[in-house]
Amino acid sequence: MNRRTRLAVLLFAVVLLATVGTAAVLRAADRSAVRDRQQADGPPVRTGDVTLRPSGARQLLVRNLAWGPHRDEIAAVPAGQPDAPRTASGVKCLRFHAAAGTGICLQAERGALTDTYRAVVLDSRLRVRHSFPAPGIPTRSRVSPSGHLVAWTVFVSGDSYAGTAFSTRTAIADTRTWALDDNLEQYAVTKDGRPYHASDINIWGVTFADDTRFYATLATGGRTYLVRGDRTTRTLTTLHTNVECPSLSPDGTRIAYKKRVPGASPDAPWRLYVLDLATMEETATAEHRNIDDQALWSGNGTLVYAMPGDYGSDLWTVPADGSGTARHLMTSAVAPAYTG
Amino acid sequence: MYLADSRNSTTSSTAAPGSTRPGRRPAVPGTVLALGAVSLITDVSAEMITAVLPLYVVTALGLSPLGFGLLDGINNGVGALVRLAGGHLADGGGRRHKVVAGIGYGLSAVCKPLLLLARGLPAISAVLAADRAGKGLRTAPRDAMISLATRPEHRGRAFGVHRAMDTAGALLGPLVAFAVLRVAVDGYDAVFTVSACVAALGVLVLVLFVPSRPGTATPATATGTGTGTASTPPAPRPTLRDSLALLRRPALRRLTLCAALLGLTTVSDAFLYLLLQRRLGVPAGLFPLLPLGTSAAFLLLAVPLGALADRIGRRRLFLAGHAALLPAYALVLSPLRGPATVVTVLALHGAFYAATDGVLAAATAGAVPAAHLGAGQALVGTGQALARFVCSLAFGAAWSFWDGRAALAVAAVALAAAALVAARLLRTTDTPDTGRTDRDDPHNTPQGAPR
Repeated sequence: MNRRTRLAVLLFAVVLLATVGTAAVLRAADRSAVRDRQQADGPPVRTGDVTLRPSGARQLLVRNLAWGPHRDEIAAVPAGQPDAPRTASGVKCLRFHAAAGTGICLQAERGALTDTYRAVVLDSRLRVRHSFPAPGIPTRSRVSPSGHLVAWTVFVSGDSYAGTAFSTRTAIADTRTWALDDNLEQYAVTKDGRPYHASDINIWGVTFADDTRFYATLATGGRTYLVRGDRTTRTLTTLHTNVECPSLSPDGTRIAYKKRVPGASPDAPWRLYVLDLATMEETATAEHRNIDDQALWSGNGTLVYAMPGDYGSDLWTVPADGSGTARHLMTSAVAPAYTG
Repeated sequence: MYLADSRNSTTSSTAAPGSTRPGRRPAVPGTVLALGAVSLITDVSAEMITAVLPLYVVTALGLSPLGFGLLDGINNGVGALVRLAGGHLADGGGRRHKVVAGIGYGLSAVCKPLLLLARGLPAISAVLAADRAGKGLRTAPRDAMISLATRPEHRGRAFGVHRAMDTAGALLGPLVAFAVLRVAVDGYDAVFTVSACVAALGVLVLVLFVPSRPGTATPATATGTGTGTASTPPAPRPTLRDSLALLRRPALRRLTLCAALLGLTTVSDAFLYLLLQRRLGVPAGLFPLLPLGTSAAFLLLAVPLGALADRIGRRRLFLAGHAALLPAYALVLSPLRGPATVVTVLALHGAFYAATDGVLAAATAGAVPAAHLGAGQALVGTGQALARFVCSLAFGAAWSFWDGRAALAVAAVALAAAALVAARLLRTTDTPDTGRTDRDDPHNTPQGAPR
């Protein structure tokens, strides 16, 4: 093949491959445009005022996943009528939680070159009070019962050399002073009663007991632990193994969590369990499918959590004591929070 | 990208400087540029995937990606074996470098559309493992082709140009990926498709523009009697025993030993970034930018340092590159804080790569006969990679036993000791680095140091 032929072949291939690539991008762009149009059979969504103030009627707030102009916005429904028309707030969040009139919203920011993420603290009218840069993909967020503290977890992927190694970064911020602990890995760890150092420590899924104490998952050496954290002493102490994404009950006695069960497929390793903090007794809930969410307590007896659904994910509920069955609560919704 | 004419060398060059007689090739031949283009294009494709994979796993598949790192150890072991196999197979009679490299690039290209079908972490991990196998397969033959295409006295610069192009691709990849996601929200399938098209283009450039028989430059043989002809007759196919017998060559054995020894004390990138963040208080939001700093320095310095290696000797620069890590480690351990310190550490880290990555390949090319270039490159590269993996395990254990700071201090002391041992080993130059035109250690080579 002479030079001219080779160049001709190259040119032809470039045109062909560019066409295939462009077609794929346009098709995907088309698909994402469809999601901005109202779904025919979807839940009704309308704009309105959404408040986080724990007054009057109890509300359920979610990130609305129903297709249409309000996709990804925080929306409210009366807590007792999850199928009622949703009131969309206009505020878009990937992850969200609220308590005592304070909201935490993890957002993607379209940068010039890449997406960046930020953790935004919202007041009771969902207005931005303060925003912190977040170093990775948002995955968990929580507000303390008093509304004074917020926590969030993001996934950080390393670099091209590390290839497939992921780590988490968990931060806690004080909404009164804006003091920020941007990486809980800097806390002193006590594992099985002894001080512990390791390079592979990852922490995620904070759940607050009060403005000092919290619980979270600590992973190291291929195992996960439930840790109790203390913000004043800056310590983390292991309490139990095989606990991920803990969620403390309102009465502070039990923790709902993801447990890796032996014999499950590596694609779907987790089941929803409840741990009694006094006895360390584990109870399996009646939800027998794989779960990948930080469950939310609706009162002291019921858990709410997300499961994959036709439009991203749906919300389900199950009793916390292991009785009953899992029930469908709401379609096209994720990241629930109750007010009041 | 500049292609400087050969410098006015005082050695027995066959032509006057600046001469354009047929048979004299430029310092960086077209084959090297073509291979550089293949690497650039392939890295764009690969880094597109690396950049969006965590997003894809978390947002599109709704999975937690923390279980991902578990296969790394297995991949490292398999990768080493594949690399050795690739080097050995590629040496079969001189024609096979391109074929084996092509299979490696092709395998990685096929993995990109397979990601469209992989729905769970085990499947995705398997595809990534195959992708890595392709990378392992092609590394040694590619470096062998660069060595064969370039005149020995210019190999440092040629490898520098190749590595700079490779790194440029790695920096461009994420930008292309996020541009696609900008146009198509959640369009991960589009990212994979575009990545597959780019990868296919890379394979095509290899097939079309890299000659299967690069006109070999003077190969450095063990006896140092380069013939100076423009090509070598196809050698008989080396057996596996021949490939392993390479380690009987003192020059190659020392180089492998030194690369491994220094690799054992080189803290992996991931650990260094982690320490940078914790010790120097880099804000968590800036953490993802740390690898970019290293890559940028690598990109800028690869060509000038490669050219410098041609002037002062590759092994010397290889040592100097490792020595550059010592002040970087010292800075991380020091009480100094602030952006200037972080930038300095990243610049030194990038300089370390620029002074060692392509330079080691250039040094290896001077220590093995042309017929065994693939196997030679694979041996040295694998020795280094395995040593670095062992270092990672040891460093992680040391971190748990003491803490990160103490582990780094120990690594720094070990690196200094390893560099001293390596300097002693590499000073005894029984074979010149690159045949007769090399000016390795022009001034203070110990004359006739007894072995």
